[in-house]
Amino acid sequence: MAITRESRADRTTSRPIAAVIAGLFAVALLFGLAAPAAADTGGDTGDPADYPYAIAGNVRAAGDPIVGAVITVTGEGFTGETTSAENGSWRVPVPAKEGVWHIELVQASLPAEVAVPDGFSFTQEVEFGATNTVTRNFTLGAAERQTVSFWDQFLSRAVNGLNFGLMLALAAIGVSLVYGTTGLSNFAHGEMVTFGALAALLFTSSLTMSIWIAIPLAVVASALLGLGMDAGIWRPLRRKGIGTVPLMIVSIGLSLALRYGYQMFIGGRTQQLPGGATGAIPGLGPIRLTMTDVISMAVSIVVIVIFAWWLMRTRIGRATRAVSDNPSLAAASGIDVDAVVRVVWIVSAALAGLSGVLWAYFRPGIKWDMGTSVLLLIFAAVVLGGLGTAFGALVGSIIVGLLVEVSTLWIPSDLKYVGALVVLIVILLFRPQGILGRRERVG
Amino acid sequence: MDFVQILSNTLAQILAPTTLGFVLAAIGLSVHFGFAGLLNMGVAGFMAIGAYGFAISILSFGVSWPLAVLIGLVAAVLFALVMGIPTLRLRGDYLAIVTIAAAEVVRLLFLTSAFRNQTGSADGLSGFQAGFRASNPLPPGKWGFGPWTYQSDQWWVIIVGTITIAIALVVVWMLMRSPWGRVIRGIREDEDAVRSLGKNVYAFKMQALIVGGVIIAAGGIITAMGTNVNPNVYVTSQTFYVWTALLLGGAATIFGPVLGAILFWMVRAFLSSLLPALVKIGWLPFLSAEQSQMLVFVLVGVALMLLVIFRPQGLLGSKKELTFVR
Repeated sequence: MAITRESRADRTTSRPIAAVIAGLFAVALLFGLAAPAAADTGGDTGDPADYPYAIAGNVRAAGDPIVGAVITVTGEGFTGETTSAENGSWRVPVPAKEGVWHIELVQASLPAEVAVPDGFSFTQEVEFGATNTVTRNFTLGAAERQTVSFWDQFLSRAVNGLNFGLMLALAAIGVSLVYGTTGLSNFAHGEMVTFGALAALLFTSSLTMSIWIAIPLAVVASALLGLGMDAGIWRPLRRKGIGTVPLMIVSIGLSLALRYGYQMFIGGRTQQLPGGATGAIPGLGPIRLTMTDVISMAVSIVVIVIFAWWLMRTRIGRATRAVSDNPSLAAASGIDVDAVVRVVWIVSAALAGLSGVLWAYFRPGIKWDMGTSVLLLIFAAVVLGGLGTAFGALVGSIIVGLLVEVSTLWIPSDLKYVGALVVLIVILLFRPQGILGRRERVG
Repeated sequence: MDFVQILSNTLAQILAPTTLGFVLAAIGLSVHFGFAGLLNMGVAGFMAIGAYGFAISILSFGVSWPLAVLIGLVAAVLFALVMGIPTLRLRGDYLAIVTIAAAEVVRLLFLTSAFRNQTGSADGLSGFQAGFRASNPLPPGKWGFGPWTYQSDQWWVIIVGTITIAIALVVVWMLMRSPWGRVIRGIREDEDAVRSLGKNVYAFKMQALIVGGVIIAAGGIITAMGTNVNPNVYVTSQTFYVWTALLLGGAATIFGPVLGAILFWMVRAFLSSLLPALVKIGWLPFLSAEQSQMLVFVLVGVALMLLVIFRPQGLLGSKKELTFVR
């Protein structure tokens, strides 16, 4: 029963997300058609809306709703017209239910890349039965004709993918660091990502802070979470001598508890951080970037560069790499392994929190299970780059990000995560140690 | 607060088709993790493969239900091969990451609208049980005792499910006391030692993955016989619930998964009824009824953590046969 509840929450809230994703990757993005049409409300025909009868339906292409398609209904000396709403539905009230009604989907109103399947008819005839509403759907094919050149689409999606990949990298570096130093595959990392976004939401909405103060505070809060988790859970368990497999299952339990804990507090709905809805920057040709995207990418790059400097140049960064390489040897050479692990938890939680804030802008929106939904992509990135190598995680993330976005050129957008996960399985066949990993780690 | 109702809800879970499917999934996972030490995090994927294999064979290809069951099980064998080939030579956590990814791939493939005509997309599949119900020899009507009152068709699912569980238990019991079972357990304890005895560890692991996968898929099929098939059931959380049930009962035991799965569903049903009732009479002033449902899952997560830390052998397991070796 709880599962149906979960699914319902999923389905109701995924509609607007799906619409936005569609806006990013499909029709709307490339043709700029959807934005004005989306503001339109379906069913407003200019005719008296209190007619007792109605003809309604859906316009869809390959399962995605088409916004702003024009439908005309004629019959019995009456003509009605409407445009399909954001979810592709349309409805024309009519004055009588006798006779035959002609429905026409106006072909010129469709987005250009929608394919018309064989045998598809733009007109349909209906008669009312016993009910007062009849339903007729128009189901079109997937985009096959490409009016925007392939490379323009490719470029546009690649930039999007780079943005996504950089954001993913922030989270993946943390997973990789924790794995390298403690051997734990942390399944609760997704919840650490969600935590950052939730903290930013709390600071902006409940404490009405500016977003520029809220984001650093959210990162600090995430770092404290990492410190707390290490001190409260992971360090005592390491002291107890619990192996890495049980630790992994503990992290699964923690992930479940945290995730549903979040849902207890914020419910199943999606909430937005302020400042997310900036317009596209003009003059970039086929690439559609908003100011938020640019800032997000810049923040990711700066943070990754600082992190790289920290890992390569500072004392504690060197110690981290030493522990990652061989904990016993590091301990024997006088490195305080527990202190290094504590720092690693703080750093990876802070990076995860920042990644969560950026992910909240990219999706867009904050939801209780948002972290879990990227957890597998994070793992895919880490394995792809090489488990336990921080820079491997960076490379892997960018590849996964690009793959996820660019693959939507060929596969339906609701399958875009599948490509990355299949690549994860295939890479293990040929190079199990990952791109930057070393052979000895996989044994 | 209606205690009789809460108790009745709780007891009814013992025979619910979902519980029976869950028991089978836990038995299959006990073969994977408990006996062979394989970290299969794709339990939901195996269940989905079984359930969808069963439902799609009937709806799209019109085969009879016993053949559909067979197709579901064969599909699980193929799924096990696909996951096993790249990962079984690698360290255990690679299998965990690949299985969880593969299960999610399976769910997304069943969820996508690209295959709506075959999979029903987000609505799932229904109306495939007619053949199975036609084979029901039980008298029609609603009968039973106390909380266990079901329609004749439900009873048929329960009987078939119970028989399947019994068969699975006997098979697992016999396998595990056979030489094959000893090798499998040896692999769990020390892979290199078994390899040095000249055993093909990879092949044994693969066989264990297939045997357990088939039992888990049977669980998916039994669940599908009782209810509709919906992709939102086969989420990653479902896998974690099966793990919780298995670790609760005892991973390396024959009856542990049965006990664990039944207890898991009973406790879950008990809390799902009790907590909202407590909210209603004002004993949990800081929660709404909806939030108290979430609290159930929080408690499941906490229970999983505590189990692993303080009683890794579960209720029935012995401390000697430790399940967590590496």
